[in-house]
Amino acid sequence: MIKDSLLIKNGRVIDPASRTDGIKDILCCGNRIISVDSGINEKASKVIDASGCIVMPGLVDMHVHLREPGREDKESVSSGTAAAARGGVTSVLAMPNTEPAIDSAENVALLKKIIRCGARVNVFISSAITRERQGKELVAFDLLKKSGAAAFSDDGCSVDSGELLLKALVKSRDKGFLIICHCEDRKLSAGGAVNLGPVSTRMGLKGISAESEYRRVERDISLAAKARARVHIAHVSCAESVEIIARAKKKGIRVTAETAPHYFSLTEEAVLGYDTNMKMNPPLRRREDLEAVKRGLREGIIDAIASDHAPHTENEKEVEFHLAEFGVTGLETELSVAVTELINGGVLDWRGLAEKMSLNPSSILGIKKGTLSEGADADAVIFSPREEWVVNAEDFASKSRNSSFLGKKLQGRVRYTVCSGKVIYAAE
Amino acid sequence: MIWARKDLLGLEELSREEIELILDTAESFKEVSSREIKKVPALRGKTVVNLFYEPSTRTRVSFEIAAKRLSADVINIAAETSSVRKGETLIDTGTNIQALKADIVVIRHNFSGAAVMLARKLDISVVNAGDGWHEHPTQALLDMFTLKEKLGRIEGLRVCVVGDIAHSRVARSNIWGLTRLGAKVTVCAPKMLIPPGIEQMGVDVSYDIDEALSGADAVNVLRMQFERDAREAFPREMDYFRKFGITRERIKKTGRNIIVMHPGPLNRGIEIASDVADGANSVILEQVTNGIAVRMAVLFLVSQAHDKRFSAD
Repeated sequence: MIKDSLLIKNGRVIDPASRTDGIKDILCCGNRIISVDSGINEKASKVIDASGCIVMPGLVDMHVHLREPGREDKESVSSGTAAAARGGVTSVLAMPNTEPAIDSAENVALLKKIIRCGARVNVFISSAITRERQGKELVAFDLLKKSGAAAFSDDGCSVDSGELLLKALVKSRDKGFLIICHCEDRKLSAGGAVNLGPVSTRMGLKGISAESEYRRVERDISLAAKARARVHIAHVSCAESVEIIARAKKKGIRVTAETAPHYFSLTEEAVLGYDTNMKMNPPLRRREDLEAVKRGLREGIIDAIASDHAPHTENEKEVEFHLAEFGVTGLETELSVAVTELINGGVLDWRGLAEKMSLNPSSILGIKKGTLSEGADADAVIFSPREEWVVNAEDFASKSRNSSFLGKKLQGRVRYTVCSGKVIYAAE
Repeated sequence: MIWARKDLLGLEELSREEIELILDTAESFKEVSSREIKKVPALRGKTVVNLFYEPSTRTRVSFEIAAKRLSADVINIAAETSSVRKGETLIDTGTNIQALKADIVVIRHNFSGAAVMLARKLDISVVNAGDGWHEHPTQALLDMFTLKEKLGRIEGLRVCVVGDIAHSRVARSNIWGLTRLGAKVTVCAPKMLIPPGIEQMGVDVSYDIDEALSGADAVNVLRMQFERDAREAFPREMDYFRKFGITRERIKKTGRNIIVMHPGPLNRGIEIASDVADGANSVILEQVTNGIAVRMAVLFLVSQAHDKRFSAD
């Protein structure tokens, strides 16, 4: 018997980094994977029978709002990471739009302390790009990087000043850190609630144009090119953005991009009943946009899937549509939505899914995650790919219930989530 | 045809038969208002609450008179003077009204979808008296009732709706109702006031009022609300009148006896010339009269559906 060990037996192991796809056993000791092989016979202190299941590297979700510090009524590090565990997510990048915003080494230290006490999965920290995310003054990148910020984003806001963003991008190239851009021209989108077009017209709501997104994607990419820096585009939702990113990649500009599950599974039609759980920013778009996002995923234009998990209280959602907060939760449904839409829809194979949801976001962030190779951190998700389940708000580990998929039947159910060699979630 | 809806939230979701049932029921109620004693006992013992988040005299008074002519008890709540000012949510206000055992809430709200949301949360009936830019179903029903009374039918009529289509709930409800009953609708406005994708609601779009009027049987002139969205580029008032105002010359030029409607209140000399508003083609005051019959019909039908729902339990 190996002390403090975990043996995952007979699962179909999908690990793009080591080009593995086959029925294998995985032996973990402590927080590391020590062996991936067929028919491992060592006696482990815990054994999981993964027959019939797929074993993938634990998901890495690079766009999560844990809301702590400041809005613990919506979510906390503890509840948000419990939600992650339930969704097969073992690493998250926490967005800095908290209260206070994560824009200083002190605030990173504060958040790190909270994480040490309460996190169930690995939490990486994104700092803001500008002080208080106001778009006026750049943060102290060096200090923040040293104190442990894994990336920089003013998420929820775009840095309106091109000059300022260019400065940040130049620094990011010199110092080797990642800038993530929320692309939205508020001058074009202000006051909007749903996608601009026939649906906003029918509903009598002010629209948010695709233009407000893709013009800013275009600008941010051209600034990155000018700075010869890397840039990552958050939550891509429209066809034009996909096109612009595709062209930039062809030209050799170092741009990466993510999309969220709702953009490849739902269209603006879902908003027609004024369901505030369908309200997010950017908004659900047209069928053509959904198809373009899928094409982007299939053709490698969009590198990653991230939930943009944005918990809000019922008080903030059960109000007039115009007044309701933007954003939906996603940690607990993202794998299943991806299986249902992308695997069943023939957009991605399992290997592709593991890349988009684990390996690629790890390499974009430059963290040592996203693989099940020997010596790697023992983070894994074990799920039954065909099992169907119905999304029920009562079952959420998240403090909030604002999911776009309530009542929906999804395919692919997480059986176990393993993080640092420990089973942190097991379905009953 | 049996009315089965607890609420009236918009015309988009109504079938042709449902709209016709409301219009037929209104016809039978119209006569009540010309009686010596203007009252029938249809809603005796019922309570109707007018919950108004936007200032409105015309619609509120019309609903109040309609409810009273049906013998209902009527309570008016204006948001400016109620607990809403103390920060109460719409849902809480609604559930409190329900707890007071009201039977019907008539709601006017400045945000689109407010009536839909309230109806989802309440067991009692909700009637939409206008929500944001979304729908104003009873206005469109009284427009159609008046048209039908004047021209004998809706099917095959050509109706022009002119004005701020983008921000008009009256326009949207008219479009759904008229097209469902087989009329052909053209919307007409300056480009900036035509919302994207409006054609998908089954209408033609024109930027030229003379073109839109030619061949029309009726024109519904929307109130130009210059105060509504001050930040956006709006046409100047006189400029609008020159290009889109309904004048006697414009009507004459069509060579047709076009019926002129307006939901009120009028901006004389902005969207409509006084001599047209007061002229022979105008049915504006008849619309006001018919509004009562239509709202009586709506209150009656939703309360009936509600009673049936409960007796079936």
